[in-house]
Parts: sequence; C-alpha cells; structure tokens
Amino acid sequence: MTAQEPCQPSSGCQCPSTEEGSRREFLGVAVAAVAAALTGCEKLSAEEFLQDKFTELSKDDVQKVIARLEKEYKEKYGKEVKVGNAPPVPGTIFGYALDLSRCIGCRRCVHACVKENNQSREPEIQWIKVLELEKEEGVNLQHAEQYYNPDEVPREGHFYMPVQCQQCKKPPCVKVCPVGATWREKDGIVVVDYNWCIGCRYCMAACPYGARHFNWGEPTIAAKDVNPETHYLGNRPRPKGVVEKCTFCIQRTRQGKYPACLEVCPTGSRKFGNLLDKESEIRYVLENKRVFKLKEELNTQPNFFYFYGV
Amino acid sequence: MTQTPRPSILPGLFACVLALAATAVTAEEHKKPHAAAVEVPKDQVQVPKPPFTEGIFPCSQCHDPSAMAPNQKRRVLKDMHTEISLHHGPDTRWCLDCHDAFSRDNLHLANGKLVSFNTSYQLCGQCHGDKLRDWRVGVHGKRTGMWNGAKQYLLCVHCHNPHSPHFKPLKPMPPPARPEAIQLKNGGAK
Repeated sequence: MTAQEPCQPSSGCQCPSTEEGSRREFLGVAVAAVAAALTGCEKLSAEEFLQDKFTELSKDDVQKVIARLEKEYKEKYGKEVKVGNAPPVPGTIFGYALDLSRCIGCRRCVHACVKENNQSREPEIQWIKVLELEKEEGVNLQHAEQYYNPDEVPREGHFYMPVQCQQCKKPPCVKVCPVGATWREKDGIVVVDYNWCIGCRYCMAACPYGARHFNWGEPTIAAKDVNPETHYLGNRPRPKGVVEKCTFCIQRTRQGKYPACLEVCPTGSRKFGNLLDKESEIRYVLENKRVFKLKEELNTQPNFFYFYGV
Repeated sequence: MTQTPRPSILPGLFACVLALAATAVTAEEHKKPHAAAVEVPKDQVQVPKPPFTEGIFPCSQCHDPSAMAPNQKRRVLKDMHTEISLHHGPDTRWCLDCHDAFSRDNLHLANGKLVSFNTSYQLCGQCHGDKLRDWRVGVHGKRTGMWNGAKQYLLCVHCHNPHSPHFKPLKPMPPPARPEAIQLKNGGAK
C-alpha cells in the first residue's frame, strides 16, 4: 500500500499483514461455520462464502476462484471443466438480428442453447422462448403461444418469434439488482455473477422480455452432457437459487465464434456481429432492412433486433 | 389446421439450377469476409462443393456426345431422371434452360455463358438478384465460423433443392414444460 492511498477502515492498514491474514482466516472459517449452520448451505465452502464480487476481485483472486471452481466441477462431474474469464474484445459491441420472415419455429436454437450453456435438464431451463404468433395479428403478444407442438412447422397463418435476452443498453434488470450481481459488460453483454447473486429475483420481475430464469432446485445435468468449455460469467454450471440468462454465448463469442443458436439455425434467420464494425452482417441488416426492437416503447434500448429479410 | 408451407418464404427461394438433387451438405471452405473483394473476383464467392446425389456427377459420364446426340426437344423425361419433379418457376421451364446441352458438366446463364456447378449462385442470381446481394454480404443464408474472421458459406442449393426450392417444413423440437406439468411431477401444486 502506498503512502498516498487513503486508509480503508476495513483493510486494517495499521496491522502487520500476516496478523491481518490470520485473523481474517479465522474470522472467515468462523463466519462460514455460522452461516452454514444458519442457512443450511453446508456445501458452501469458506472461500466461496467470503468470495468478493467478481468485478472487485484482483487478478490473482480471479485465478484462485477459477481454480476452486474447476476443482469443484471436476469432483462433481468427474471430468475437466474449463472456466474461462476472457474479457471483452476491445472495440466490440455485440448485436444480434433475427429475421422474422425466415424463422419457421423449429426450436433447434432452443435446444442447441441448452446443450451449449449447461442449463438444468429436469426441469429444463430454456433461455430462448419461441413464440408462435398470428399473421393476422402481427407482433401482438396477447396472441402468442409458446407451447405449440404441431407435426410440422411453420403452421399456416402463423409466424414465429424467438425471444431471448435482448442485451439492453439500459437493462432494467441491472438497475433493480440490490447487490450488484448483474451488470452490462463493455461489449454489451449483460452478465450475472452466480456467486454474488442472492436469488431475490427482482431482475426477473423487472425484465420485460421474460429472459431471466431461476434455478428453483439444484440444477440437474448429467456429467456426460456438461459442456466443458465455459466462462465464469456465462455457461459454467450454476448453483441452486441463482438467476441465469442468455449471454450471447459469451464463452464462444469472446473467442470470435458465433453463438450456438445461430450456428444451428437451419433457415439462417439469425445474424450476429460487431455493431461497431461497418462491414459486419449486423450493420448491413440495420442499414438496409426493416428493423424493429421488441417493446421499444419501454426504452430498454435492446441490442437485439428483429427484421424482415424478404 | 392444415400444415402448408408459409407463403412468405416463397420469395426467398433461389432459382434456375436444374440438375442438382440436394442431399448431403459438405462444407469446409473458408473465406475472409472483408478480404473477399481482394482475394476473389467480384462475381466469385468461395463456397463448398455442391450437394450432388452420389455418383451423378460428372454428368458427362452418361451424357457422352459421341455416343448420344443431345435431344433439345422440350419434353417430359420418361427414361431417366424421373425422380425429379420440377416445381420452380413457370410451367414452360425445363432442363436445358439451365443445364447446358453441349457442355454437360456445366450450367449456362440466360446469355449462354457457361457456369460451373460450384458457382451456381450466379445462375440463381439472374432471377433472384436481391437474394444474391444479401447472400454475398452474409444476410441471406447461414454463415458459420467466426464473426470476426473465417466464415463457412453455403451454396443456394445446399438449402434449396433447385428443382423444388421451397424450404421444406420441419418437425419442431419439443416445447418447454408447462408449469403444471412440473408441479405434477413434484407432487402437485402446494
């Protein structure tokens, strides 16, 4: 600590660091034991209980947290699960566009998403909800049906509108979080720190798109189904009692790949790219097609767009 | 309710290639999207091999001009290629409007210029110019690979059978569980 830095009351700068460390350690174990006794979360380790907010962790602490998580996942699933923490790609704001004139409602995206992002399987949490809408009504959500299950899609007189997290520029979910466990990253992805989320579900109430989902029970996912390529803020296996959401496949897109839902779409309805890149597909869509935002009147300012490609 | 295809897809269909039966999708050719204009001529886009029915190409293995003179009379085929039923464009259209009678392993444009099966999008683009334009920039059809780098492209015929180009309906994957069903499984609503 430098002389110029103001003394934090909690950091105990007067004390020698070793003493501070041992006292903190002791307190940590004691607090964790009490917390375990009170909350019944006997699986919660002292380190996890004392882990700071992800955004406030030092680089070393992030590595420690990741190492701990990887160890826990290995014990739980019996295989190596890599937990990444790739930062946003500089000069990138992700945008997504979905062609309503092409989507046929086959739900390939819904299930590819579940597979990629390690959602609970029983009951299955799905980050994408495909709405069947009536052509006569247009985008009228009062006439939306999400449980449609005919032999073949598209059904006559209907069109299909997949809804997932719209990665808003003004995300109401972030605004209401009482603990700051969810935020918008520099590349426009709204993420959740599952280790900081307290499960109050305010964000679910605030989201006008129904894009957030809660782990009411211990998430169930067979070891063989776990996707081992994960990101701390994305698809790593979640604990019970936290909220989760679409992250544009943060573990893929920050490595330059397309999201899983886009790659599986048989009709090519889904377009993804960097809004700041004038040459990108997404910019072409925004500049040349008829585009709208879902519930634009709420001023959430989504980076997810719907368009008519035909 | 009847299960007919959506009419709004119709304008999205690619046209004019006649002898390709779309079966398998093979695809491993990469291309830098932004470098495209430099690497390949403007009317050329690198694409995977066309999805031929196995054993059907090259056409010249049967259509040997020395053994069989091409019959250019407009007719319904009775001996060969009977599995092909043409649902594409006007009734008067037939095989040799797109396939070349004298260079069997090629297609031809309206002006007679030969086009290989690997660049059949040029033929499709004669009628569906707006789709070709969107396809070149990656908005019509699917791109896979990297959003900021190498992408894999598909030919029109990988998704649209040129003889019957309407995108075929699919069986939807299972719907989400209803809350009641989840409650029932857990012993009913509390």
